[in-house]
Amino acid sequence: MSILIDKNTKVITQGITGATGLFHAHGAKDYGTQMVGGVTPGKGGQSIDGFPIFNTVADAVNETGANASVIYVPPIGSADAIMEAVDAGIELVICITEGVPVLDMVKVNKYMEGKNTRLIGPNCPGVITPGECKIGIMPGYIHKAGPVGVVSRSGTLTYEAVWQLTSRDIGQTTCVGIGGDPVNGTSHIDTLKMFEADPETKAVIMIGEIGGDAEEQAAEYVRDHMSKPVAAFIAGATAPAGKRMGHAGAIISGGKGDAASKKAFLRECGISVADSPAEMAEALLKIWQP
Amino acid sequence: MNIHEYQAKAILRNFGVPVPEGHVVYNSNSARDWAKRLGGGVCAVKAQIHAGGRGKGGGVKIAKTADEVKQYARDMFGMNLVTHQTGPEGKTVKRVLVEKGSNIADEFYVSFLVDRATDKVTLMASAEGGVNIEEVAEKTPEKLFFEAVDPVVGLTAFQARKVAFKLGFEIPQVKQMVPVLMNLYKAFVEADCSLLEVNPLIQTAEGDIICLDAKLNFDDNALFRHPNIRDMRDYDEEDPMEIEAGQYDLSYIALDGNIGCMVNGAGLAMATMDIIQHYGSSPANFLDVGGGATIERVTEAFKIILSDKNVEGILVNIFGGIMKCDVIATGVVEAAKQVGVNVPLVVRLEGTNVKLGKEILANSGLDIVSADGMADAAEKIVKAVKEK
Repeated sequence: MSILIDKNTKVITQGITGATGLFHAHGAKDYGTQMVGGVTPGKGGQSIDGFPIFNTVADAVNETGANASVIYVPPIGSADAIMEAVDAGIELVICITEGVPVLDMVKVNKYMEGKNTRLIGPNCPGVITPGECKIGIMPGYIHKAGPVGVVSRSGTLTYEAVWQLTSRDIGQTTCVGIGGDPVNGTSHIDTLKMFEADPETKAVIMIGEIGGDAEEQAAEYVRDHMSKPVAAFIAGATAPAGKRMGHAGAIISGGKGDAASKKAFLRECGISVADSPAEMAEALLKIWQP
Repeated sequence: MNIHEYQAKAILRNFGVPVPEGHVVYNSNSARDWAKRLGGGVCAVKAQIHAGGRGKGGGVKIAKTADEVKQYARDMFGMNLVTHQTGPEGKTVKRVLVEKGSNIADEFYVSFLVDRATDKVTLMASAEGGVNIEEVAEKTPEKLFFEAVDPVVGLTAFQARKVAFKLGFEIPQVKQMVPVLMNLYKAFVEADCSLLEVNPLIQTAEGDIICLDAKLNFDDNALFRHPNIRDMRDYDEEDPMEIEAGQYDLSYIALDGNIGCMVNGAGLAMATMDIIQHYGSSPANFLDVGGGATIERVTEAFKIILSDKNVEGILVNIFGGIMKCDVIATGVVEAAKQVGVNVPLVVRLEGTNVKLGKEILANSGLDIVSADGMADAAEKIVKAVKEK
């Protein structure tokens, strides 16, 4: 078991004829993911490196039975690409693209109300269920199948946490990069709910950042509803207020969202918080043994 | 991206929002000329810098005559204005806004921003205008009113009325407030703002509603569809190194520590800053080289880090995913040779082709300390700098 994706997930790539989209379609296929095709408007009926191309997501779904889509479409068209996938009834949409305008995402989230699609991202590394399915840009080989769920707002810092686990011979059920933007599809709390419901996931590492209060809300969920141990790290303890640290969402504004207050609140909620990013796996092992 | 008050007011004026008549000037003579053109009566003279709290620092003056306008403007040009938002180093005043004075009867606060909890644009308003709104939020949160906006419908008239009544306006002013709020919302959305703040919005003695101040911040990710706004960028207001870095698609932010760092990925870059502090030193910068770093970009990154005179050591922390470690290692070696790194350099590589990457560093003949893991890397650089 795992969350979101497994060996049966059939994936299409929106923006497959772009260099990035094609590169990662190959990477996912090599990992063993069922990459069943791609969408590039105007190139329907053609194929690229053996991946059939469709003009619309609806066509791709009809022809391939895809139930997941990964988006590498540039920012100007990302929101439209997400909505097209939602309209075609795709269950899981993962938007990798960085730099999507915030107000586009406000509209997308409104559009998705009442629909059955889950969106991950934008501006995220993707999702991987080790040994079964990889959708996104993460290096597959650092992962290992096992009992820990990982959820994070950032890419390479997730690899760091995963590597700390794998190096200690502890595997992962699913690793979810929810993205570093202020408005996105899936939150920490949504992902924690899925990990709590997944019988194979025995413990969770949550990686957060400064800015907003999503980590605090997630911590309240952990305190009130989670039976599984959770460890966490919050990046940005040294970040000054008012400066955007790369991610659009990583900004301390109005005196809110700083790392110290987030860490303190997470600890109050019973989460094992690592003070150093080198100790994320150790923070988990303090409260849980595989 | 931020812009100046006078630019923000020009944008709002185009959306039909009432703002005072005024003009930006670059010297004190034209300040006097514009004061005369505005009728020669009472004028506000306002220093234009990208920071709030200007009044307390002497950046906002009320002049009774055109000559007084000139005098105040002369005082302001070139002055180093320090406010609670500029940091102790302050900002030099190069532009001044001369504006027709208003008869303030009452002050209010109005802003729009994207609320991350609801994923919606939210109108925030208070009858406590002209003061630090963060204090109001903390001490008397009941005096702040919120109205979340449906992105499809936009801010409705009834929502605007509701807020206007809550602010205590009489009927004639409520009628004025409805289009003002609706047009402010329109400006926020159509210009892709991340913050629109009017503090204060005033009612004049004559009963008119005017936006006396205006602050607009924009979503950097949406600037591609607003070339006219992008042109308003004032490079004098930004850190020159950050501008330089931006030209190479490097995300760089100067900090005040002594250990420079170069990392791939924003989250890992922040975490690297944190671990430097964890081991007792402090980071000189945030620097994300991104996923597609080339030798050229790595070289530029080194140049930028080293141009900061406070840097006494450099920590490179790369978790190669798609990015291969041997490519990064080659880039680091090339860059170090080109730029001439004369401070301790610790490199931590992990991920794809890590062995090859480490070999390249070891065989480079350069004095590069290799590290295993983030903790080892941070310990080594902090120690190297302290022992230097």
